[in-house]
Amino acid sequence: MSESFVELRSVNKSYWRDRLEIPVLNNINLSVPEGEFVALMGPSGSGKTTLLNLIAGIDRPSAGEVSVNGESVSQLSEGALARWRSRNIGFVFQFYNLMPVLNAFENVELPLLLTRLSRSERRRQVETALTIVGLADRMKHYPNQLSGGQEQRVAIARAIVTDPRLILADEPTGDLDKVSAEEVMELLSRLNKEFNKTIIMVTHDPRAAEKAHVWRHLDKGELNNKQ
Amino acid sequence: MPLLVSYSYKNILARKLTSTLTVFGIGLVVFVFCAVLMLSNGLGETLIATGEDDNAIVIRKASQTEVQSIIYRDVANAIKADAAIRKDPDGTPIVTSEILVLINQPKRGSNEPSNVPVRGVSEMSIRIRPAFELIEGRMWRPGTSEIIAGAKVAESFQGCGLGETVRFGMRDWTVVGIFETGGSGFESELWGDVDQLMDAFGRPVFSSLTMQLTSPDEFDSFKARLEGDPRYTAEVMREKEYYEEQSRFTTVFINAMGVTISIIFSLGAIVGAMITMYAAVANRTTEIGTLRALGFGRRSVLFAFLIESLMIALIGGAIGILGATFLRFVEVSTTNWNTFAELAFSFEISTEIVIYAFIFAVVMGFVGGFLPAVRAARFRIVNALRAK
Repeated sequence: MSESFVELRSVNKSYWRDRLEIPVLNNINLSVPEGEFVALMGPSGSGKTTLLNLIAGIDRPSAGEVSVNGESVSQLSEGALARWRSRNIGFVFQFYNLMPVLNAFENVELPLLLTRLSRSERRRQVETALTIVGLADRMKHYPNQLSGGQEQRVAIARAIVTDPRLILADEPTGDLDKVSAEEVMELLSRLNKEFNKTIIMVTHDPRAAEKAHVWRHLDKGELNNKQ
Repeated sequence: MPLLVSYSYKNILARKLTSTLTVFGIGLVVFVFCAVLMLSNGLGETLIATGEDDNAIVIRKASQTEVQSIIYRDVANAIKADAAIRKDPDGTPIVTSEILVLINQPKRGSNEPSNVPVRGVSEMSIRIRPAFELIEGRMWRPGTSEIIAGAKVAESFQGCGLGETVRFGMRDWTVVGIFETGGSGFESELWGDVDQLMDAFGRPVFSSLTMQLTSPDEFDSFKARLEGDPRYTAEVMREKEYYEEQSRFTTVFINAMGVTISIIFSLGAIVGAMITMYAAVANRTTEIGTLRALGFGRRSVLFAFLIESLMIALIGGAIGILGATFLRFVEVSTTNWNTFAELAFSFEISTEIVIYAFIFAVVMGFVGGFLPAVRAARFRIVNALRAK
């Protein structure tokens, strides 16, 4: 077995509502090697998105440790975590989460504003990312001028523009029609195969999950290790 | 730290109605703020312009204004002999002894009476004020009941236009000329022969002496000499300072009242900006969560919203200032509370006023945008991403 790129050890996560503790994840252990394409599946409320958020460092575990590429995400300060996310994580959301006032180019450029790249270097990288997702001819289009599938592809371009090794996708086809969903999954699969991106994807859609190599099932906060 | 200036700017454009209303609110407050400062500046400028750098003015000690001052002829003659006063090539000291009396005259249009200063002057009075220019008619003839009128008083008061007659001091006085003095306060006065006016008003004493000194450096010793001489009971001031002092009470009053009104108005504008920015934060909660998830820190989000608020304020400020500049074409008149005479002047803008107005706008934008920006920056990413 290859060395793990993403590793969760004995991770627990609870939320508090008033004085009531609501456990969401219970003793999660997960190991994902680099270049793997993992589908996280499970019913609503099983904790899939929470697990993804913990890996992305946008939420912290109540107990246990999350590490990515050997770096303990749970130990980083908030500022360091933000910088770490900008360099190491590409995030794809169910509802694309594009900025409606920015065009496709500007949306994809956003993560690069956190780097020290020059304007011309940023332009080159944005064009490359939009070319990869097949939207080089839609750079000046605003989100409301794009179809759902195109919006999600812009979101994927935004996720890969900094060339992160890990892409986290939260139900990337959840808001798309069948054809667009297939295009998006083809794209993610290509990123995994051609560019060796490690992908962890939360999905309800069995057809989307087919593109993954590994399936993990979450139920009531517990991870079923069947592959 | 990345500043999402373009994002902030485009969001302002995206919310056209609310942004426009907020910009308008701030613009209106800045307009009022500017107008007040321009008003007081215009008044100050008019009165300061009334004085010449080299000139000194002598009035009776503690009288504060020429209207209340009396200087006896013998005292005037003694002062005229002082060595610090510049002399003509023929040895005549360049000094003018004048009287200033207020008359009550109805205004054109409203028919409301107001005080008009009448100044008794001599030929030397005109020589000592190089800005003087007769723009219509002619000078009065010595020994007659003729007067000339300042351009502003001619325009504003009945009987003061060229060829018209005004009655005071038991006589009818014919206006035979109109003069300007570079926009100074003299343009709000009627001028006539000092001897005729002293006779008409039954005043055997002067109100003031104005003299040109051999050098501005002579002022301090001249002042010390005159004020130290118990025969004179005189107060000596630089002419510019004297007229600046004349405007002080009125400008302080206008400033205090105007700035107070502006601050009260600004509270409304700040609340407006705050509501706009809170609405912006509420509408863009998911966007905030996304920015944070992409790696933008709390400070970047705080600055993005603060910059948005400041941009709105600066646009509003610029519009308010631009609007206020048109007030330069408006002429107003008010009672100078030091002399109780009607004084006409214009709104005057200055670099300082523009800077103050922008600072005022920025303060409104900052105060209005700060709390919403803090709220935006304090969102937990997970909660923000879940917002619909």
